[in-house]
Amino acid sequence: MNQKILKVTENIPLTSNVYKMVLQGDVSEVKTPGQFINIKLDGFYLRRPISVCDKVDDTLTIIYKVVGEGTEYMATLKEGAELDVLIGLGNGFGVNASGDTALLLGGGVGVPPLYMLAKKLIEAGKKVTVCLGFNTKNEVFYENEFKALGADVRVATVDGSYGTKGFVTNLFENVDYSYYYTCGPEPMLKAVFNTCKSSGELSFEERMGCGFGACMCCSCKTVTGYKRICKEGPVMKKEEIIWNA
Amino acid sequence: MERLKVNLCGIDIDNPIIPASGTFGFGYEFADIYDINKLGTFSFKGTTKDPRFGNPTPRAAECTAGIINSVGLQNPGVDKVISEELPKLAKVFNKKVMANIGGFSVEEYAYVAEKIAQCEQVGWLEINISCPNVHGGGMAMGADPKMAAAVTSAVRKVTDKPVIIKLSPNVTDIVSIAKACEDSGADGISLINTLLGMRINLKTKKPIIANKMGGFSGPAVFPVALRMVYQVASNVKIPVVGLGGVSRAEDVIEMMLAGATAVQVGAANLIDPCACSDIIDKLPEVMDKYGINKLSDIIGGAL
Repeated sequence: MNQKILKVTENIPLTSNVYKMVLQGDVSEVKTPGQFINIKLDGFYLRRPISVCDKVDDTLTIIYKVVGEGTEYMATLKEGAELDVLIGLGNGFGVNASGDTALLLGGGVGVPPLYMLAKKLIEAGKKVTVCLGFNTKNEVFYENEFKALGADVRVATVDGSYGTKGFVTNLFENVDYSYYYTCGPEPMLKAVFNTCKSSGELSFEERMGCGFGACMCCSCKTVTGYKRICKEGPVMKKEEIIWNA
Repeated sequence: MERLKVNLCGIDIDNPIIPASGTFGFGYEFADIYDINKLGTFSFKGTTKDPRFGNPTPRAAECTAGIINSVGLQNPGVDKVISEELPKLAKVFNKKVMANIGGFSVEEYAYVAEKIAQCEQVGWLEINISCPNVHGGGMAMGADPKMAAAVTSAVRKVTDKPVIIKLSPNVTDIVSIAKACEDSGADGISLINTLLGMRINLKTKKPIIANKMGGFSGPAVFPVALRMVYQVASNVKIPVVGLGGVSRAEDVIEMMLAGATAVQVGAANLIDPCACSDIIDKLPEVMDKYGINKLSDIIGGAL
């Protein structure tokens, strides 16, 4: 982890309430896909943790959904704004764990961290299938960006207004995969956990205090002991997960 | 720097800045960011007899100028703290550390204190009788002068190291509790622990914190903390450690003028991991601005 001032170079809506922000500066501390950054916003006491969608040279892309007052404020930030950001937080996805064929499953704003992961896996010569789930057609984003990487991309919407009707778990019946990676709302993670037979990694979300392991606000129980979502997570191995009752 | 030195309960410290328990883990997360030997000392994560997972999540809620937490004394238990955490800490911190101890009975406090006091690294024991996030112990102990006295006496019997009792602001008469601790052999008083608070999620119409209520800290509580430090320092002879919302060098000076010998910094560490380091760097400049030569000269200056 380190603390940097990053400059906003782009902040545009992808859907009615999902935004893409590009931040420029020394982002060398971001090492693996699935890590997150924690952004200080004027007028808000706690930082906002947002997963990294992509890193190219000295820029980071993040994609965030407006869900409350902090993200509402983020959406108003203009190009040139400077943000105090803690970067390189958390344990990301194990890019080398996938075997030859990786299945990536993302739901809603759980999709973004899979983008950098897909990029790394494809660069490493892996075959990548990406299944994206959204509620409805208007909420779909990044389908073409994943296609441009060379991934086999499939989309599901809950209401059937775009792609396959249903959930990400309806999209990979005929896919051979050696390993899976997933990020999305917890019911989706649980469905993926129960459906996928291979080993895999799941990225979790929790309300955080600090985002770097000091306050113990985002603890969870795992097979291998108590873990902090922000420090040992957000990515957990399938084999270590204990679902809350 | 001589100007920043103070003596806390018989131990000289390079400066009065002490990260507060529960906001600094066992130090090493922060040692990745700066050399934590720069600190006066720090108070490590509240330690109990048995390992504790703590409360269900969500455990954190944002407030205007503050945070509510309900961690519930998550810690690996005293044996693992001694066998695993303290050796790890020794690699990155070569000063005496303040051992923060939580408990659910007088006997438990004494048991943990006796074990931890034997560790050479431990300089002070800070006895938390003020945790708002656990039942049957914590704050219940700190709300009654008789119970506060009983815990203090029991801990006093098991160690010669300085014993600092950490008090809750969620009481009607803070002075009577502080005096009860002083009369029972405490070497110092630290205050304030968090104020009991809550937030409700407007979307779900339910409390944000799983445990419904939690401890409120951050810059918003500073005036309350300062007032209570002033009241206690006016009425006891033992050193007072001031905490509650301290985020700037100016706040440190205010706390010391109100009677604090040393100052703990809590929530600020969670927002700016370098908060304590920055405060230490900034102190000389702010002291110059207000004509302060040595910090030890101003302790209780406003009393």
